Amino acid sequence: MTHLDGNVLAGPLSELFRDDMTTATGRCAHCGDVSVLAEAVVWDAAPGWCVRCHVCGDVLMTLVWSGEKLRVDLRGVTALEIG
Amino acid sequence: MVGKWLVGTVATVQTQTPSGRSIVVSLPGWPGNIAGQHVDVRLTAPDGYQAVRSYSIASAGPSEMVELAVDKIPTGEVSPYLVDDLQPGDMLELRGPLGGWFVWKPEQTGPVQLIGGGSGIVPLVAMVRSHAASGSSAPFKLLYSVRSPGDAFYRDELADSEGADFSTTYVYTRATPEGWSVAPGRLTKDVLAASVIPASENPAIFVCGPTAFVEAVATWLVELGYPAETIKTERFGG
Repeated sequence: MTHLDGNVLAGPLSELFRDDMTTATGRCAHCGDVSVLAEAVVWDAAPGWCVRCHVCGDVLMTLVWSGEKLRVDLRGVTALEIG
Repeated sequence: MVGKWLVGTVATVQTQTPSGRSIVVSLPGWPGNIAGQHVDVRLTAPDGYQAVRSYSIASAGPSEMVELAVDKIPTGEVSPYLVDDLQPGDMLELRGPLGGWFVWKPEQTGPVQLIGGGSGIVPLVAMVRSHAASGSSAPFKLLYSVRSPGDAFYRDELADSEGADFSTTYVYTRATPEGWSVAPGRLTKDVLAASVIPASENPAIFVCGPTAFVEAVATWLVELGYPAETIKTERFGG
């Protein structure tokens, strides 16, 4: 199995956010890199995804489906900027 | 506003390659899309089990007829159904348009280099169509890596689109057309350098395909002097 990128999260994150999140920027809590979410490294980890920084590889966030509910854990993102 | 699932009806299906086809879906309520965007497709089994996959949109603009092109992953849960079983008149659930980053808009006037591997051509075809439909004079070039001539999606349409502002260069990895001057082989850094718009012209670059292809191309482009912020990538896995 190989990784994808943050483009694939546009649909799932539209369940929670009104704006497109692939163009949102986030700062990695570990290395400080600021990039758009589209550039993040995304691993399919059914029933969800593990999203890692494309510079240092640390976990930015995880998304997990629990039945009909999507739980997003933003543990590795210190600043999320939309628009 | 996305997040809402729309129910469409398959209007037409067309074989594109031995393992891929294009699918036009009539989708009432679709707001139109920008070239490069994708949709999520949701299939529901009789027992309620659902599978969702993302597919790039080959069409662009305000139409409620949305065209997808899908390559079959034999072990996949969704693509074999879309390529082998889906027929005109069937219903399909779609969510979108999705993604605002890997997109080209007609108001972008600078040169554009498109680089596609396999079915990674699909969002790039949308950009070629949008470029033509808008009458844009931005210089467009496409580098398209495929296994063999028969594996190229939209081959005839791309040939018909050739002109002063658009050209396609093919790289064949397994088999070439008869009389082709280059032996089949994977794209290399040298071939890439010789095929794309020079860095001095500062092209906007879109790379889409299997993850290994995208990572190799993006790395070479940076080594060749293209600024990382001018390179947009979309990975299909594989």
